[in-house]
Amino acid sequence: MFLVNYIKEVFGAIKSLATGMRRTGYYFTHHKEIITQQYPDNRDTLQLPERFRGEVVMIHDENNEHACTGCTACELACPNATIKIVTKFDVDEETGKKKKAIDTFVYHLELCTFCNLCIEACPTGAIKMDQTFEHSVFDRSKLTKKLNHDGSKIRAGVE
Amino acid sequence: MYRQTEILQDATQVSPLNGGGDLEGAGDLIINVGPQHPSTHGVLHLVITLNGETIKKVEPHLGYIHRSIEKMCESLTFRQFIYVTSKMDYLSSHINNHGCCLCVEKGLQIEVPERAQVIRVLMDELTRLASHQLWWGALGMDVGALTPFFHAFRERELINDIFEETCGTRLTMNYMVPGGVMADLHPNFQRRVHEFIKQFKLKIDEYDELLTDNIIFKNRMQGVGVLSAADAVSYGCTGPVARGSNVVCDIRKLYPYEVYNKLQFDEVIETGGDCYARYMVRMKEMRQSLSIIEQLIDQVPEGEFQAKTKAVLKLPKGEYYSRVETARGEFGVYIVSEGGTTPYRIKFRSPGFSNLSALDHMARGGKIGDLIAIMGSLDLVIPDIDR
Repeated sequence: MFLVNYIKEVFGAIKSLATGMRRTGYYFTHHKEIITQQYPDNRDTLQLPERFRGEVVMIHDENNEHACTGCTACELACPNATIKIVTKFDVDEETGKKKKAIDTFVYHLELCTFCNLCIEACPTGAIKMDQTFEHSVFDRSKLTKKLNHDGSKIRAGVE
Repeated sequence: MYRQTEILQDATQVSPLNGGGDLEGAGDLIINVGPQHPSTHGVLHLVITLNGETIKKVEPHLGYIHRSIEKMCESLTFRQFIYVTSKMDYLSSHINNHGCCLCVEKGLQIEVPERAQVIRVLMDELTRLASHQLWWGALGMDVGALTPFFHAFRERELINDIFEETCGTRLTMNYMVPGGVMADLHPNFQRRVHEFIKQFKLKIDEYDELLTDNIIFKNRMQGVGVLSAADAVSYGCTGPVARGSNVVCDIRKLYPYEVYNKLQFDEVIETGGDCYARYMVRMKEMRQSLSIIEQLIDQVPEGEFQAKTKAVLKLPKGEYYSRVETARGEFGVYIVSEGGTTPYRIKFRSPGFSNLSALDHMARGGKIGDLIAIMGSLDLVIPDIDR
């Protein structure tokens, strides 16, 4: 009885190995399903989804105007102190009233964890996540960015 | 004893350094596995006392990836602290976030819309599948089979693509927010999940052909690292580790949250208690998760994906606890609130820590090669153990 079991076990073992090897052989002969992509070569065809969180950018329209009021909601929502907003007071030419506006929107990419909380918090939709992902630089200071363009101002009507 | 291992690799010499010669079983060899060892899947440091090739003692040393997440959460608001928990168990980040959201919602008594509940469960189960796939590939690699790793990552990539499209990121999503989910499902979501189910149903049978029935794999796993049901309970093991030892502990069944009580699925229980039983639990769980996704994917109810919440969340004074079933076991969140915008104290009960504590018990008396198989079957994620 022991011998019968032993032989059964040996043949069972050979069968299990053959099953695995058959699967390996299948992929050896059917190599049409290429699933890997060679990264730098596919840059032109690479399609990233629109919700992809690459880095925070400020939306500017063609008149170099943005929608950021400087309310610092994103700064408060950020868990890592990634965003720092420096505000200034603009004097309205018509009424002469002082109005709060952003001077510099500082964004520390090196601290960002791409949690999307700042985008969720923004009441005016002034910032969004961009699809860029190649963030390597040689100097750390280059990762600290100013998001508002030079000479840009707030779009009229955004409160 | 741990400090001496730096200078004292061989404890044969009787000296005050090794406790004045009182070392149990002088003549033992003490070796360090990790923190940079490929089979520990991270920065886990094990100090192993060996007698020949037989393990006498395994001592895990933690602290290499300690980020003091619990303390950090005390300075973050109830919206902000959730993203940190995806850095704990990064393979089931959705489920970690889910547990935190449930706890905050319990405190604020927010009613989560049904659509959000279904989306959350769908994401949880997809995460569980992705986690188990990675575990399957890594376990194969641990015991010497390289092919499973590539097969597992091929299917995991499909899930990651689904996450990338809907949540925006692939690993640490931060998709769940108190009151629901951050964004609605992507229009392609259902089509892509159907594609995934179709492909994965074929491939999971390949998984069985490649590894489950393989005689070499069976010999490495069967009868190795046996954990009895009583020991599993006393060590606080949860998840597939405890279910492999015949312990009923699935939070989804015992304390159903979201829509789990309306779903048809079985809690997978194996009686073996060895590495192979734990392996089989996870393989069967993959099929169960697949069936849950199939039940829900065509019946996502219409409606809001997020309940209306205040801009600043303030939990009423009190203590709140919620638990979810991650891919590794029970994940608990305990929040003490003093009524402010940040938690007064927060405590996470991570499944990996308790499961790791049973490692010494399982590995004792075994061979050093078995230790790697046992660690693979525990499915350790080190940042989860060492928060």
